[in-house]
This record gives sequence, C-alpha cells and structure tokens, in this order.
Amino acid sequence: MLFPSVKSSLKFLIIFTVLLGAAYPFAIYFAGQIFFPDKANGSLFIQDGKIKGSYLIAQEFKDDKYFHPRPSAINYNPLPSGASNLSETSALLLKEYERRKKIFIQENSLSDPVKLPDEMLFASASGVDPDISKESAYLQTKRITNARNFNKLQGRQLLSLIDSVAEPPQFGVIGNEVVNVLKLNIKLDEMSK
Amino acid sequence: MNYLHDFLQLLLFLILLIPLSYILGNFFAKVFQGEKHFLQPVLGKFENFLYRFSGIDTQHQMDWKEYTINLLIFNFFGFLFLVALQLSQQFLPFNPQHLPKVDLLLAINTAVSFVTNTNWQSYAGETTLSYFVQMAGMAVQNFLSAATGIAVMVALIRGIATRNGKTIGNFWNDVTKSVLYILLPLSIIFSIILLSQGVVDTFSHYVTAVTIEGQKQIIPLGPVASQVAIKQLGTNGGGFFNTNSAFPFENPTPLSNFLEVLSILLIPASLVFTYGKMLGSKKHAWTIFGVMLFVFLAGLAVSYYSEISYNHVFNTQKIMEGKELRFGIFNSVLWSTATTVASNGSVNSMISSLSPISGLIAMLNIQLGEIIFGGVGAGLYGMFLFIVITVFISGLMVGRTPEYLGKKIEAYEIKWSILAVLLPSIAILFFSSVAVVSKNGLSSLLNKGPHGLSEILYAFTSAAGNNGSAFAGLNTNTNFYNILMSIAMLIGRYGVIVPVLAVAGSLVKKNIAPATSGTLATDNFMFAFLLVAVILIVGALTFFPVLSIGPFLEHLLMQSGITF
Repeated sequence: MLFPSVKSSLKFLIIFTVLLGAAYPFAIYFAGQIFFPDKANGSLFIQDGKIKGSYLIAQEFKDDKYFHPRPSAINYNPLPSGASNLSETSALLLKEYERRKKIFIQENSLSDPVKLPDEMLFASASGVDPDISKESAYLQTKRITNARNFNKLQGRQLLSLIDSVAEPPQFGVIGNEVVNVLKLNIKLDEMSK
Repeated sequence: MNYLHDFLQLLLFLILLIPLSYILGNFFAKVFQGEKHFLQPVLGKFENFLYRFSGIDTQHQMDWKEYTINLLIFNFFGFLFLVALQLSQQFLPFNPQHLPKVDLLLAINTAVSFVTNTNWQSYAGETTLSYFVQMAGMAVQNFLSAATGIAVMVALIRGIATRNGKTIGNFWNDVTKSVLYILLPLSIIFSIILLSQGVVDTFSHYVTAVTIEGQKQIIPLGPVASQVAIKQLGTNGGGFFNTNSAFPFENPTPLSNFLEVLSILLIPASLVFTYGKMLGSKKHAWTIFGVMLFVFLAGLAVSYYSEISYNHVFNTQKIMEGKELRFGIFNSVLWSTATTVASNGSVNSMISSLSPISGLIAMLNIQLGEIIFGGVGAGLYGMFLFIVITVFISGLMVGRTPEYLGKKIEAYEIKWSILAVLLPSIAILFFSSVAVVSKNGLSSLLNKGPHGLSEILYAFTSAAGNNGSAFAGLNTNTNFYNILMSIAMLIGRYGVIVPVLAVAGSLVKKNIAPATSGTLATDNFMFAFLLVAVILIVGALTFFPVLSIGPFLEHLLMQSGITF
C-alpha cells in the first residue's frame, strides 16, 4: 500500500510544482508586465534616466526645504523592512516619542500645546510608509516657506499643492486620506524652479 | 476619530463577505459532489491528465487510515523538497541577489511552517530566500497545505453524510479539485487586482536608487503579486517581505488592503456553506456561520474599542506605532482580528505594538482553536470538534445518547475530539513554560515586563495554532525556538488532522437515525448559544490564567501609566 503512495506523491509534487511554482507565477508576471508595467516594476520615480526611488517606498528627507516622512525604525533602508515592535508599555518607545515630539515642534517652530499628528511621532509598520496626513503636511509648510524663501503667494500655492497631491479614501470609504511625501516633494521642486 | 467612517468600512466588508461566500460555498459543493460546473470544460482535461501522469485511480476510495497515510506521505515529501530547495538555493536560478544557502535548522523550521499551513517566519524574506525558492517552494506549499486542509474537511463531510460506509474519499482527488477549481482560479483573479493596485511582480534584481537628497536606497523587488494572492486566499500568511502586508509592495493601497482581508476570510466562510449543502442542512450552516460571525465581531469590537481608548502612557488616543497611515486604526484591527481567527499569519500592523487588549484578542482568537472561520478547511473541521463536544455535553444534560445529524456520537468520537482540542493547548502552555524558565527562551526577548511573557506566549500560540503571525519583537531565529516551534507546529497540525480523520472513519460506518422529537436540534438559536458557550468556556478555562498575567496585567499597568 505504501509504495504506490510514495510514487504518486512524488509525481504529484513534481507536476504541482510545475503548475503552481512556475506556470502560475510566470503567467501573473507576464500579465503584470503587459498590463501594469510601471507598477509591476516597483512604481519607480525616474528622473533624467536615473532611479531616484519608488513612490511606494518612503525615502529619507532631512533637509528643511522638503516635507519629511514618518519616522522609520530601519532608517528608511528596507533590507529588510522592519518596525520597532515596541509595546505600549515600553519606556524606550516613550522616550523616542518625546524626542520626536520635541524635534517636530522645534523644526517647524510650532507653539508647544499644539495637537501634533500622531503618525509623525510613531514609527510605521513597514519602516517605509510613504504617506503622511494632510495636517502633518500643513504643519511643515512654515519651515519649507522659510527654507525656500517663498513669498506670500508661493506660500498659498504650497497649501493648494498639498491639497492637489492628497489622495482621498478609495471609493470615498476605504482607508484614510493620505499625502504621498515623495510625490509632494517632486511637485514642490517643480514649483520652485 | 471618525467612527462612522470605520463603521461604514465594516458594513461594506460584511456586505461583500456574506453573499460572496454563500455563492462560492455552493459552487465548491458542486465541485466535490462531482456535479457539472462551468470550470469543468476548461480544466477537466487537465485534471484527468494530472491523474494519468501520477498514476492515480480516482475511482479507488480510501478508508480513513489509507487517506491519512497518503496525506502524511504527501506532506512529508513536500517538507523534504522545501528543505532541499533552501539548502541549495545558491546553485539554483532566479537568485539575483546571490543569497547563500539557508541554515539547516532555520530551513527545517521554515519547511515545517509552510507544509503545516502555519507560515511562521523566523527569517526575513527579502534577505534570506531567492525568488526561485519563494515560487517553486513556498508558493507551492501555500497551495498544497491549503488544499490538504480542504481535503480533510471534505473527507469529514463524507464521514458524516455516508450511511453504513467504509470509505471517506480519495485524497489525491480532493487535493487536485481544491487546487484546480478553488484556489488557483481565485488566486489568478486576485493577483491581477493586486497588480492594478501596485503590488510588484518582476524577476529583476533589487533596485539601487539614489534618492532626491542623494542617499543610496536599495529597494527589494520580486515576483510578489502571485505569492500574495495565494498567501491570503489559502490562509497561509507568509510574507514575501519581512513586514509582510504592511510593506507597500505587498499591500500598496487601502483597496488592496480591503480585498486582502476579504480574501483571508472568503474561502473559510464559503466552506461553511459547502458543509451545509453537502450535509443537506442549510439551516445548520447558517447556525454555524452565525456563531462564527458573532465571535468574530465581538472580538473585533473589543479590539477596536481598546485601540481607540485614551492611552495614559502617551496621553493620546491614537497610537500609530507599527501601523501604516493608509490603513489607519480600524483597518489594522480588522486585519489583526481576521487573521487570527482565520489562521492567516500575515500582518498589516505590528501586533506587538497594538494595545495590550488588542494583542490579547489576537492571541485568544488563535487559542480558541481558530475555528471562527478558521484556516482553509482547518477552521471547519476544528469547529466540528467543538460541535461534537457541545452535542455530547448537551446529551449528558438531558440524559440522551448524543447524536449529530443522525449519527450517534459515542466514546470513540469524544475521545478523539477531546484529544484534538487538548494537544495544541498543551503544546502552547508547555512550550511557553519551558521558554520562560530557560535562558535560551528569555534571551530572545525585546520588551520587558508582562509584554515579554506575551511575546513568548504568542509565539507558541501562533505555532501550535498554525497561525504564523507574531509579536515580532521576539527573535525566534535561534536553535531553541526553531526546534521547539517546529514541534509545536507539527503537533498543532497533525495532532488535529489525524483525530479528525479517525472520527470521520468511525462516523462513516454508522447508520443515520431519523430525527425524533427528542433529538437535539443543531440548527437553532439554542444550539448556537450552547456552541458559543462551550467554545468560550473551553478557551477561557485553558488560557485565562496565563492571559491574566500577560496582556491583561500589562493593560492594568498601562492604565496606571507604568512603563518598563
């Protein structure tokens, strides 16, 4: 009884590996390359023939003249991706939280009691969350206006720039409104030219 | 906080889940009852070719022992093949990052993990496994372990439905049908949708970008869309990347997220209706479905409430640590609840950074046996064990021989059912105890205080429950954890499958007695109430002590603003 089972098992494994481990992924690969080539290859941002990042992967922005992304537990280096995994009773996390709060207030010269957007004080799950909220973007405009010597008109343009990049919940219901930081900064550079 | 917005998302989720699973469930019943269906003209020839190639006679019916042996042999070869692939990946194609061979113990742990539908990951995908191993190894087992679960469930159904029989079906036939008519078509459709949202799918090597500010950033890629589709549909959950479905390339948009959660529960929920249809009792199916939905929503409500409650350590209402902004709080707890009821190990937020009570709910969901929808196939045959116990207890209360759908439930069935419920629980508690008193167990901890206990408890809960999600602070890529968790995964899988098949083998021989006025109805509210009670009492009695000194204690300390 055992021997035929062994033989069938092996043959079964071979043919299913061919079907599910080769034919299926290759079919999907070709579908992706034909119908959604940009997305399938990583939604890359290419400028002057050089790859400058991916719209879906946060990159570090430290300069005052750019919008800053959410904090990252892996310093925006997704090899491998990762989070802090710290608990809500972690003294370490609390320290980090206070530190980020202080820096965010300082950098953007905010008055202390202002309610800060939580996502800027906590590190994301992937370490490369590409989005921030509209509020976080608004709070950063003063710093950017100063750093870029914008006049009043440009300052107002900056606000509408945020609104134009913001993506509402899909179908009006699913998910949150977000602003993609890389897209926003690219538009910002274009506007300053 | 916009509670109404969250509620609308939940409503939309249920509005899609319930009708879709009803339709699919009835279709699956057609597939397994050998009726004509629309996919047969397309794939029927290929199915027959498969049998001819493998030398399988589908007319041959197996008794429970033969069925079990075939299953075990097939799974064992799947395991060996996975280990071999990992140990030789440096010689194999599609390894553009030139990743070296995987360490033996890690390779064994990973192989056990994928064969048992656990998908626990002690490794980081993007820095450990080549594209080839992910495709030809992991993805194949994602399909086959899910198909194995469905096969066991279908065999069990035959055991209940057949009168005075001997055999419970043909294992190869059941696996093949599960793959060809359920898992593969759904995966293809779902992959395409994921591609449209921005999930990557390429064989190119990782990209090195020079960012706008001039830093170097290496961006990992891979044939991801095809993997993500089956990892969700098959309640597997093993991520291509380390942070799984939190990573934008696996889950780029709120819509991709929404559909991924939906696909996690879709097949398990559908199979409830398959069960009802094949057993000729749709009302019974709705009763089971109602029980599942109730426990699921109750857990979700507690988890959500705990996440939006004011936090006394951080003095805010919205803790975003380990969460992605595009999903927000609601979609993060919807995910953590859905994955833990359903034995899916994927995460879109870091469970370790959720509030202690949300973490508790996630853990408890797994500890209840993942029978609330549950793993593909596995959830329903797990639920069957609880139904048997409920019928038995009710029978004792009224002093009648317990019956289930006309079949007498006797000592033999009860013994096996209790064994199957106890084995994973023992594995969880015993191994956790070993870990908390040994240096090897404690040196892997990240967080201090009661959260440390939660990390260890969650790891073994996840392993023995074949879930695969993690309080990822714990470093489990050590010999100690790789070995113990492999054993826990094996116990959690085969310690349930073998008893279930044994019960199926025993039930199939029995006659079906017509229902009388004294028969306990299994399709009304009373039964649903009893079933919920038995599930919660068994789960609570087993795990309440340890949960109270882990996540519950942490919750109390957090409320007093204490940190570690």
